[in-house]
Amino acid sequence: MTASTTLDSVDSESHDQAAGQGPLTKDGIPLKRSLARALRREKLRALLLIAPLLAFVLVSFIFPIGDMLYRSVENSIVEKTIPGTVRALNDWDSESGELPSERVFAALADDMMLAQEIKIHTRLGSRINYDQPGISSVFRKSGRQIKKLEREAAMNAFIGLNADWNTPEAWATLTASEQWPAQFRYTAISLDNWKAWLASEEGDDADPAALVPHGFTYATLYHDLSNMSASDLSALATSSDAPVAALFAGVPDALASFPSDDFKGQFAAIEKGWTEIDNWQAIKRLSPPIIDSYFLAAVDSERTDVGVEKKPENERLYLGLFLRTIFLSMVITTSCILLGYPIAYLLATLSVRSSNLILILVLLPFWTSLLVRTSAWKVLLQQQGVINDLLVWVGFISEAGRLVMINNMTGTIIAMTHILLPFMILPLYSVMKTISPTYMRAAKSMGASDTLAFWRIYFPNTVAGIGAGSILVFILSIGYYITPELVGGTKGVFISNRIAYHISSSLNWGLAAALGSILLVLVLALYWTYDRIVGIDNVKLG
Amino acid sequence: MSALPPYASTGQRIWFYTFRYVICAFILFFLIAPIITIIPLSFSSQDFFTFTPEMLALDPAGYSLKHYEDFFTSSDWQKALKNSFLIAPAATLIATSLGTLAAIGLSQSHVPYRRTIMAILISPMIVPLIISAAGMFFFYSRIGLQGEYLGIILAHAALGTPFVIITVTATLVGFDRSLTRAAASMGADPVTTFFKVQMPLIIPGVVSGALFAFITSFDEVVVVLFMGSARQKTLPWQMFTGLREQISPTILAVATIMVAISIVLLTVLELLRRRSERLRGLTPS
Amino acid sequence: MKFTAGLAGVFALSTVAMVATAAEELPACEDCADELTIVSWGGAYSNSQLQAYHNPYSEITGVEIVNDESSAEAVAKLRAMNEANNVTWDVVDVVAADAMRLCDEGLAMEINADEQLAAAPDGTPASEDFGDLLVSDCFIPQIVYSTTMGYRTDVEAWNGAVPTDICAVFDTATFPGKRSLEKRPINNVEWALLCDGVAKEDVYDVLSTDEGVTQALAKLDTIRDDVIWWSAGAETPQLLADSEALMGSTYNGRLFSVIVEQEQPVAMLWDAQVFDLDGWIIPTGLDEARTNRALHYIKFATDTQRLADQSKYISYGPARASSAPLVGKHAELGIDMAPHMPTDPKNAMNTFLYNYEWWADNRDDLDAKFQTWLAQ
Repeated sequence: MTASTTLDSVDSESHDQAAGQGPLTKDGIPLKRSLARALRREKLRALLLIAPLLAFVLVSFIFPIGDMLYRSVENSIVEKTIPGTVRALNDWDSESGELPSERVFAALADDMMLAQEIKIHTRLGSRINYDQPGISSVFRKSGRQIKKLEREAAMNAFIGLNADWNTPEAWATLTASEQWPAQFRYTAISLDNWKAWLASEEGDDADPAALVPHGFTYATLYHDLSNMSASDLSALATSSDAPVAALFAGVPDALASFPSDDFKGQFAAIEKGWTEIDNWQAIKRLSPPIIDSYFLAAVDSERTDVGVEKKPENERLYLGLFLRTIFLSMVITTSCILLGYPIAYLLATLSVRSSNLILILVLLPFWTSLLVRTSAWKVLLQQQGVINDLLVWVGFISEAGRLVMINNMTGTIIAMTHILLPFMILPLYSVMKTISPTYMRAAKSMGASDTLAFWRIYFPNTVAGIGAGSILVFILSIGYYITPELVGGTKGVFISNRIAYHISSSLNWGLAAALGSILLVLVLALYWTYDRIVGIDNVKLG
Repeated sequence: MSALPPYASTGQRIWFYTFRYVICAFILFFLIAPIITIIPLSFSSQDFFTFTPEMLALDPAGYSLKHYEDFFTSSDWQKALKNSFLIAPAATLIATSLGTLAAIGLSQSHVPYRRTIMAILISPMIVPLIISAAGMFFFYSRIGLQGEYLGIILAHAALGTPFVIITVTATLVGFDRSLTRAAASMGADPVTTFFKVQMPLIIPGVVSGALFAFITSFDEVVVVLFMGSARQKTLPWQMFTGLREQISPTILAVATIMVAISIVLLTVLELLRRRSERLRGLTPS
Repeated sequence: MKFTAGLAGVFALSTVAMVATAAEELPACEDCADELTIVSWGGAYSNSQLQAYHNPYSEITGVEIVNDESSAEAVAKLRAMNEANNVTWDVVDVVAADAMRLCDEGLAMEINADEQLAAAPDGTPASEDFGDLLVSDCFIPQIVYSTTMGYRTDVEAWNGAVPTDICAVFDTATFPGKRSLEKRPINNVEWALLCDGVAKEDVYDVLSTDEGVTQALAKLDTIRDDVIWWSAGAETPQLLADSEALMGSTYNGRLFSVIVEQEQPVAMLWDAQVFDLDGWIIPTGLDEARTNRALHYIKFATDTQRLADQSKYISYGPARASSAPLVGKHAELGIDMAPHMPTDPKNAMNTFLYNYEWWADNRDDLDAKFQTWLAQ
């Protein structure tokens, strides 16, 4: 503080003096510059001291969290797994009420051939299944049948037209042509798919340059050509590039009479799910690489073909859980204040010797594993537990009227209050320690009653401590998961329990990340408000 | 208010005793009730967390030391114990040294972006644990630190630093900076100044910060479950799988031992404190 | 339903007298890692594997086996390890549904039963010996277990009534008191429908409709206030021992331990027990030496004798037909284990098979509905 006041005064002085004419230090350097340098040096030293930890926390903590949160919008899996299909679906009007064209099915066959070979198709199935229940088996079952698809029709037609189509050279010519890949976008994707498939199926020894691709690629080529304008098509056949012209000679005229591979029919025969339009709508809806569907799910909504809608009532889960998490955390914070305040007061007013002994009692639970304490609460609180036994024995309640204190909200509140209580007591204690007893005495000497003196003098002085303790307890409790899981039953679980479920059980990491992001924003907003009002520096632990 | 003044009225007396011996006693009892519960259960001869009729009748047949025996003879528990005492101190060391330095840096008068830096440094405490655990799990897996001691130590160190920052900053708020200037004016270099002047004054903050960091790591189960593998299983991990797979009072025996050790430790600390007070010629307050 | 046939095979063969031949000399493992990380569930189950598989294997080969108890998080962890290209596990014990998921996602390698597993002592190839229990290409089943009910035998309020079928769970008039059920829809919704008049073979058709789900939840709603929901297998035994719950579902091995080893006043209700399998997978992405070692171990650990050995320590049925006749006595208590197996014909009079495929499709959706119902 001292340094900054000095500097301010120097600053204001320097306004009065022309630059360069300021006072000089003993070394002959202008004082202003010397001070500025000192300030710079001080800033630098501060930053140097902070830098190691800052770097450490950034790398070991902030990056991982950012990485995790990015999963809430990341959705490249669809585009990566079925690239051709995604692109072909662009031309499909999902509201037309009709199934996608044969071209889309050809692209799907081509993509799936590779996907099932490297076993990523079911992963995609599970992904889409989060939004479209039932589709995962469509992918799984199709994966097994893909190899059996008839795919030679287009290929044979090409070869029948010109036997050169059955040579690797034909493909070398095609990929070297000036129209490649701009006019053969799907074929280019298909060729890449095939190369990847070949590498996986045959190992690295297989040389794609020495082989012709499989039928799917010919089928895709057929569709690419069919979709070209007549002029583009004839430009190929009359290309100045002689080999290209030779390859495509006759193709424009024959194209219309090419037999279809009928992948649409074949897929329909494998799995009737491919004939259901809403499955296709879901695939199309989920094809962008960045997507809000996880966030929508996290607030109990979904994007349907008519826009964003609330989920049906029997699936609305998360908003209620968020509210419950906040509500329970508030109750827990309040009970921590109620129980923590008297103890902190006792600690602050006792002699150091006695207060340290009590402090040991306060810290003792810290040394007992959270898991053990939570289990102990089970033993104490359950219906056949110690507390109920005692109450029955004393005669407060009847055998039939044993209280239900666990596997519900009460259980969560009691166990978590117990666990978080030290986090309330310590900041309160450190604030109360600084309140001089003379304040109270002064108030009383002027005629205030004990109660009045307490509420008007003592209590206001402890508000900062209550604030610090509350923020700590609230933030810690809002993210709790193990204790609610063990004693919360169904009504006393938090949003974190669902996050944990989606991470380790349902594997819906995107939804877990979205729920986590929302929770994090809540906590950060709270932290920010608190920092504005009280200042995080005022939190003290002991 | 450490004692009742002699002129207190009856009402004040009643309130004083009610407050101290009813309200506070009740809350303190609430704090230690679970601990009191587990101690007898850890001597149960049964494999459940249940007060059996034999135990309530104080029949010796209801009690046994078998869970303690289990703890001391089981290689799993011994390994977990060893791991816990390896990981927690290492994480504490990193958290405390980096945290103390940073806290000193933060307490300088001119720190650019102080608020932002503080927010980043405190964040491991405010980000809900499940999010941190998942994030670190994915990230550390990618860089090959999942299932390694170093990974867990780093993760635990990150989780422990906010406590160190908070406690040390708190002691530095009241720190009189003219003391370092005095030391400097007498020719001490910054390092000497730090160890001779600043350190002794902030040491209580550092110690309590270290204590919190240690507990954070020692009692942490979520991150360990995600990040660890069999080789790094710690006591909480062992307890967690125990609770899930086979409830056995062995975990209560472990807890009882921990409580005993901590009582001894805390008492020794308190005795040492009193001794140093006496040596420094302070009257015990 | 192929699964039933497989189990029937197990019983059929168990009546055929078979003489246990001494385990063949274990062939040496060439180009193999000398360390093995095996992931399992922990507790008594891991212990049974330690006794029956790990210890003998280490003794013969000198390989150091590291035990990890992460099976509950196996799928998530394997997926993350795979994403990070850093798989640290060699052999993983998972339930069949998880194995199928891992196989589907390419996280578990395919294992050819006949080439890579030991044949039965009489020469029956492994694929026939395991039969239809080989539910996935990546999965080598080890045990057949079931989720079933246990109840206290000393409940005065029941006035001598004894639960005889699964619907006792829903009959709070005859059997008042708390029951513990698993906090997930699987098994519970099936039992609810069975006890609401749906025929066994129609259960999944009914569940596929919205009305069916509503019906199942409505049935569960009738006992909502009497249920304690569990999420860890160790909870029901504890609740039963405490009389906190008077009946509850859990894995049959847990109940065996409560009844026989801990001598609690608890009995089994085998009706409508839900069969499931537990077994091994080998993760993909291991280097050759580790893959070889893992395969070598699996070949050893899933042979006829070893599978039968495991049942000395825990009451789960060995997954090989040829192991059934070798099931002997409990290692410590010396009682016959066969009558405690879920596959014992007397216990398996009325069993329920849950449909892996159906659950893979509908689990997420039904779970959301179930959790919403729970939260109401």
